[in-house]
Order: sequence, then C-alpha cells, then structure tokens
Amino acid sequence: MKVAVTLFPGSNCDHDVLYTFNKLLSADSYLVWHRERDLGNPDAVIIPGGFSYGDYLRCGALAKVSPVMESVIEFAGRGGPVLGICNGFQILCESGLLPGVLLQNIERKFLSRFVHIKVENNSTPFSCQYQEGEIITCPIAHFEGNYFASREELKALEDNGQVIFRYCDADGKVAADDRAINPNGSLNSIAGVSNSKGNVVGLMPHPERAAEQLVGWVGGDSGLGVFKSLLS
Amino acid sequence: MKAQVLVRLKPGVLDVQGKAVEHGLKSLGFNNVSDVRIGRLVEFEIESDSTEDARREVTEICEKLLANTIIENYEIRGLE
Repeated sequence: MKVAVTLFPGSNCDHDVLYTFNKLLSADSYLVWHRERDLGNPDAVIIPGGFSYGDYLRCGALAKVSPVMESVIEFAGRGGPVLGICNGFQILCESGLLPGVLLQNIERKFLSRFVHIKVENNSTPFSCQYQEGEIITCPIAHFEGNYFASREELKALEDNGQVIFRYCDADGKVAADDRAINPNGSLNSIAGVSNSKGNVVGLMPHPERAAEQLVGWVGGDSGLGVFKSLLS
Repeated sequence: MKAQVLVRLKPGVLDVQGKAVEHGLKSLGFNNVSDVRIGRLVEFEIESDSTEDARREVTEICEKLLANTIIENYEIRGLE
C-alpha cells in the first residue's frame, strides 16, 4: 500500500500521518511537495492538517489552486481514496471534492481539546474498520471547523449517508446546540463527510493524533482505525 | 486597468468577526451599533483590451478563487 501525503507550506500534521502509516501500520507513505504534479502512483492520498499558505484568503483556498491538487482532483475523479484531515478537509471543500464549507467556530475561539465522534457510515475506505455507532476519541485543533452547507446540500448529505462522523458525547449522545458536545457549532453536529461516491472523506478531528496508546494519553488509539480501514 | 472587488459573507451566514467587533464597539459605549459585517476588499491591476473583457475575467477570478460562493457574495466595484 502506497500512500501519498501532500505537503504545503504551513502543513504541520504531515509527519504524524507518516508515522501512523510507516511505524504503526507498516505501509509505505511519503510526502509530495505542493509544487509537484507527480503523486508517485499511490493507492491513496492524505491531505494533512496545518495552516497551508498561512490560511491566507480563506482556509484551503490557495492550496486548492496548487499543482499537487490538480493531480489529487484527477486521482479522486478516477475513484482513488482521498482523506483530508482538519486543514485537509477545508482544502477538499474549497476544491469542490467535498460539499459544504468550514466556517469560523461559532463561539469565536480556537478550539484545542478532545472530542468524541461517532461513526455514522462504515462503508468508506476510511471508516470500514469501525462498527456503525462506534465512538472515536481524538483531538480537535482549529478555528474554522464549523461545518456549513446549504439546506438542500445538507438534506442530500443526510439522505445519501454522506455524513461519516458526527460529534457526540462519551455515550454517543448527539446534541447540536450543546457546545460541550458539538464545540464548533457544526450543522447537524457534522464532524466529517464524504463525496457521493464515498472515495473522498474529510473530517476536522485528528485521528492521527490518537493512533497510538501512550502513557497518560487520554485519547487512546481509537483513531488508528481510520488508517487501518484503508489497508483492509 | 485597476479592479476592485468586495467579497462579503452572504446575509444570514454567521459573521463571527463582525460579532466580535460589535462587542468591542459596544464596550466602547457605541450602543447604537448593530449588524456589523466584515468584508474583504481586493484590489489588483488587470491588463485587458476592453472593460467588458476585463469584467468577464474578473468575474471568473472571483468565482474561481476570490470568493467561496457557498457562503460569500462578491461585487465588482471599480474597473477603470
């Protein structure tokens, strides 16, 4: 399994993703610089988190016009699996590979904390290792994570099962208006979505930061399944 | 010629920056201020044979990069 990890000026979770694949899962993942068009014939592409191009203009807006994204869009169009995490999710929305957009958090705060998310659809290449309803605990670290889509788009997402992850509490309860549970104010508590074909997935939380059990790490390793799913 | 484009969040889309500024203004005592909305003015030079051609191209520039039309409107203000 070859996994290309895109690298933009300002990406900062790229090595966490490489570590997860190369050290924890014995896969072959490697970085692809934003000026490159050649993805190296990968089986999957991950767009990691960070602050690509300093978040200038809008988060992800400048990354979407980079040479590497032309190749990622083409790869996704051929049905190749693509995952965007945090800023990667923002880039996928800006690129039009995923519906909707990430607005600023509803309470105007940068949020750096743990969240629980529930797997709503386990038929994608990035969620198939989980049971439906299974709860993942992992960190969020973002200012713009408030998922927004038009009423029609939102209905289509829900009807087609394109909501892949939803913010919930430790017991799986979903409450969109409760900031302890849905901290950024996302519509319908949406933490992650897919495209209609299911091969492109984006989420705001960081499963790569909860992929290994460390002493005292409250997150555990429940995020590892996102990457394991790809290998299965 | 010089182009000016104003990009703003659509009405109804929560503007958290606007809200923060509004709170700031209220704390300064401007209690008569409400509905603060923040936009972005983008200025650039564009080479073109005619204003019509330039307008067409600026529109494309707005659609492709300057605005995210899911949440933002754009207005081509000046083209001279």
